[in-house]
Amino acid sequence: MPSSITSDIIKPPSPPRGGGGGGGGSDGWGASRRASMTGLMVLLAATTMAFAAFTSAFVVRRGISNDWVALPLPRIVWANTAVLLASSLLLELARHSLKSGRRSAFNRYWTAGTVLGALFLLGQALAWRELNTAGIFVATNPSSSFFYLLTAAHGLHILGGLTALAYVDVQALRLRLGPGKRTAVDVSAMFWHFVDGLWLFLMVLFLVWG
Amino acid sequence: MLLAPIIWVLTVVIMYFFAAKVWWFPPPISQHGLAYDAQFMRTLVITGIIFFFAQFALGWAIFRYRDDGRRASYSHGNNKWESIWTSATAVLFVGLVLTGTKIWVAVHLSEPDPNAVPIELMAKQFAFSFRYPGPDGKFGNTDLKLVNDAAGNPFGLDDKDPAGKDDVVSASLKVPVGKPIKLIMHSRDVIHNFFVRELRLKQDIVPGMEIPLYFQADTPGTYEIPCSELCGLGHFQMRSTMQVMAEADFEKWKQEQAANK
Amino acid sequence: MSSPVVHAHHAPQGFIRKWIFSLDHKVIGIQYYFLALFSVLIGMSLSLLMRYHMVHPDAKVAWFAKLWPTAAQGGIMTPELYLSLMTMHGTIMVFFVLTTAPQSGFGNYFLPIQIGAEDMAFPVLNMMSFWTTFLALVVMVAAFFVQGGPPLSGWTGYPPLSAIGPLAGPGEGLGQTLWIVSIAIFCGASLMGAINFIATLIDLRCQGMSLMRLPLTCWTWFVTAILGLLGFAVLLAAGVLLVLDRSAGTSFFVPGGLLVSDQILSHKGGSPLLWQHLFWFFGHPEVYIAILPGMGVTSQILSTFSRKPIFGYRAMVYAILSIGFLGFMVWGHHMFMSGMSPYSAMAFSVLTMAIGVPSAIKTFNWIGTLWGGKIHFTTAMMFALGFVSLFVTGGLSGIFLGQPALDLYFHDTYFVVGHFHMIMGVAAIFGMFAGTFYWFPKMFGRMMNETLGKIHFYITFLGVYCIFTPMHYLGIAGNPRRYSDFTNFDFLGKLLPVHSFMTQAAYGTAAIQILFFINLFWSMKYGKKAPMNPWNATTLEWTVPSPPPFDNFGGQHPVVNHGPYEYSVPGAPRDFIMQTDPVDVHAE
Repeated sequence: MPSSITSDIIKPPSPPRGGGGGGGGSDGWGASRRASMTGLMVLLAATTMAFAAFTSAFVVRRGISNDWVALPLPRIVWANTAVLLASSLLLELARHSLKSGRRSAFNRYWTAGTVLGALFLLGQALAWRELNTAGIFVATNPSSSFFYLLTAAHGLHILGGLTALAYVDVQALRLRLGPGKRTAVDVSAMFWHFVDGLWLFLMVLFLVWG
Repeated sequence: MLLAPIIWVLTVVIMYFFAAKVWWFPPPISQHGLAYDAQFMRTLVITGIIFFFAQFALGWAIFRYRDDGRRASYSHGNNKWESIWTSATAVLFVGLVLTGTKIWVAVHLSEPDPNAVPIELMAKQFAFSFRYPGPDGKFGNTDLKLVNDAAGNPFGLDDKDPAGKDDVVSASLKVPVGKPIKLIMHSRDVIHNFFVRELRLKQDIVPGMEIPLYFQADTPGTYEIPCSELCGLGHFQMRSTMQVMAEADFEKWKQEQAANK
Repeated sequence: MSSPVVHAHHAPQGFIRKWIFSLDHKVIGIQYYFLALFSVLIGMSLSLLMRYHMVHPDAKVAWFAKLWPTAAQGGIMTPELYLSLMTMHGTIMVFFVLTTAPQSGFGNYFLPIQIGAEDMAFPVLNMMSFWTTFLALVVMVAAFFVQGGPPLSGWTGYPPLSAIGPLAGPGEGLGQTLWIVSIAIFCGASLMGAINFIATLIDLRCQGMSLMRLPLTCWTWFVTAILGLLGFAVLLAAGVLLVLDRSAGTSFFVPGGLLVSDQILSHKGGSPLLWQHLFWFFGHPEVYIAILPGMGVTSQILSTFSRKPIFGYRAMVYAILSIGFLGFMVWGHHMFMSGMSPYSAMAFSVLTMAIGVPSAIKTFNWIGTLWGGKIHFTTAMMFALGFVSLFVTGGLSGIFLGQPALDLYFHDTYFVVGHFHMIMGVAAIFGMFAGTFYWFPKMFGRMMNETLGKIHFYITFLGVYCIFTPMHYLGIAGNPRRYSDFTNFDFLGKLLPVHSFMTQAAYGTAAIQILFFINLFWSMKYGKKAPMNPWNATTLEWTVPSPPPFDNFGGQHPVVNHGPYEYSVPGAPRDFIMQTDPVDVHAE
């Protein structure tokens, strides 16, 4: 059991020391939470670099040849953006509720946020469908190549985030969200907000340079 | 310890082969080449001195401080020495770059000579082709669809274009001695590279880009051109030659070629 | 994300849990080490085939025909086969040897112990990172067995050659695709590793282990992880774009106007230089990933066996940090001749020379560490000393290549090949040998054979100098790289004797490696039992049994009171003070 991803932390017998595990110790919840936060930051740094690489490729490709045709952004993308922002908001309301101990409010908000997240992904698929119908595919134009590429890469990260959100949701609904899982809640929410922010960045890229 | 003399012997042997120029550059055939060789020498001398002293010091430390019963000295370092060798290294390294800048600027960032003889180079898997404008000084239009290597038209010259009628196409590069040349380079497929050792010049030839290379050859002769960027399975045999000849001979050659078309 | 597992009560049971899907960073480290060992055998065999062909391009070798019926008909290796072997040699060595063993092998094993932790921050992620790396290796090796064989575009995979598919040659179809997929999987594995290394180092240090008390090995593993984190993400992006160009008809890297094998390609507008920028933005940090851990190990070993603190610890730390930081700003020096802006070239050149400075600092400090020391010549020490010599030789040729003015001749010649082999193919490997001899007692509870080790060292040291120094002379003579044979040019024919010499040296040096393998495997079973601290060294791994228990410190929480290199401290009872010794060393 201790070796599974879903394990709660067993607090070990720690030497009597003021400040428990929150100090420089490597035992207990203090270090675990800090390590998880660091791990998240590292993951976000990598994602940032990958999208930075895509963005620079975007900028370079747009600049070097004159075959770039501006892409007509499917209108549903605006709705998707609103849905994604709403889902982030709901997750924050959920975390707020959890802090004040209102478990059922947490469950409601978190589930809603997760569902909206899934809805975003669905909406993105519909956006792709809309482009396909208009005869715009991956290789049609560099602008469409980048649109499909960036939305696919972003979508993969949404999928990863959704998996985390869904896991927390299931744990919460099965009343297994103990204090040891607080970090999982925070880490998934922060990851989700990041991917949300990333989407806003991509929207700006599409609107201004697409 | 045995390692010390081994390091010393290796150091001396390695330096010998550099000093004796056993395997060396071919003689340069241009002013640029002379400047190049001077910068190379500067770099060789400085790195050679560092090489010798670093390997010697390493060997000496190994020999002198082998365990013979003494106690080691307890020291965490010496800031004075640290600053000295850090600054010395920085000055030497950056200094070398700065002395080499003139050469780089001369090749790539100086005002091109308007009288440079224009010659076009087309690289493909796995051959170089060269094109010389005729007396009209203009290159004729080309079209990829008209390319026919078997019929001797690697450039895809459009014979409907009068400007191209006097263009001369050749598998080797011929240049007049002592005259500035502008080599206009294209690739038809993948990245290749034009390299002449005696000129001390090379340049990647990138598809989708037109890259000019300016040079002047001052010594007549025939010099090999090995492709120097991996271009596929024939890379090792992608070869041409540059023939540097008197200007009169160069003009005569072009006329002969045009007459034989 | 999994939470740190506390092993306090649960040692793993069962063979699978203990040795296959282990969560123990020590087992995972050993798994990575053996993956690297397996890969280096493949990589080395490929290089021997290459060296043979360069000297005997027309030789008929019967078993070539058996292995490669199409690519070596009649037993003669075709140029495309040569290029495929060359591509895989570079790829396997750089990724599966130099990026695994020094960092994920030794780093996984010893980072947690050296900082006083029970395990890495995320043991499940750690296990996944190894098996993902293993999967990447499987996919890469699969490229040998598909139709067309492995790609021929070099480990650098420049488009258009790598983007236009089978038109470019056998291996450019499925082989190239598998190559990209394998690299992409490897990027994922690397990211998982980076998460663990960085979180572990930042958050799981034991009491008293401040940043400035970290052994230099930990600093190098830390900075290497950051380099990998930022670099591999960019490589992954580049790989995705390349796959799209190859199979989805996009034109990120492929321009218009291409005629290949009488076909006009439909791409247009892409830039081959874009690939080069993205690739080398990863590629340069990658070579520092390959060398930094070796530098850390060398510092560790030189200090231990000189019985002297590291000369200039603080400067060493700053040097490691500068190398890491500057490592991201010099990628353009791989592209001086590429057709990119000459102004960029000048900027990259200055930065490249700047990065030579911290490297020089480290070299002087290593010699400074030896100076005034009391040197014990164990095999580990020999390899560390060899590392310094090789790093000097290999690093100095970089001073030529970092100047675009000189690169006008040296780009794509054997001068470059000599430079990077000296640094990566030798110095970094010596770092791995040194680490092996130093840490084997701790990892396997037994001592390696010193006599065998020293013989192996001396012959290898001389051998690698014989193989790779002549490459610099060949470069001066203008010998281009990536040529499968040298019979088409007059000036190359004259250089064949040098190639012959290098080939013979290569075969001899490769053969002597058998001594290392014998030593390694024999000692695992029959070596003399190792004490807890055979080298009288100071860092935390020497305070635990050889090998350590599954939770490293047996449930204890070490407390660190001293820096990592307190050797020969005047007035101390012994000639070394361990990091965990009491503050007042005279108190027993």
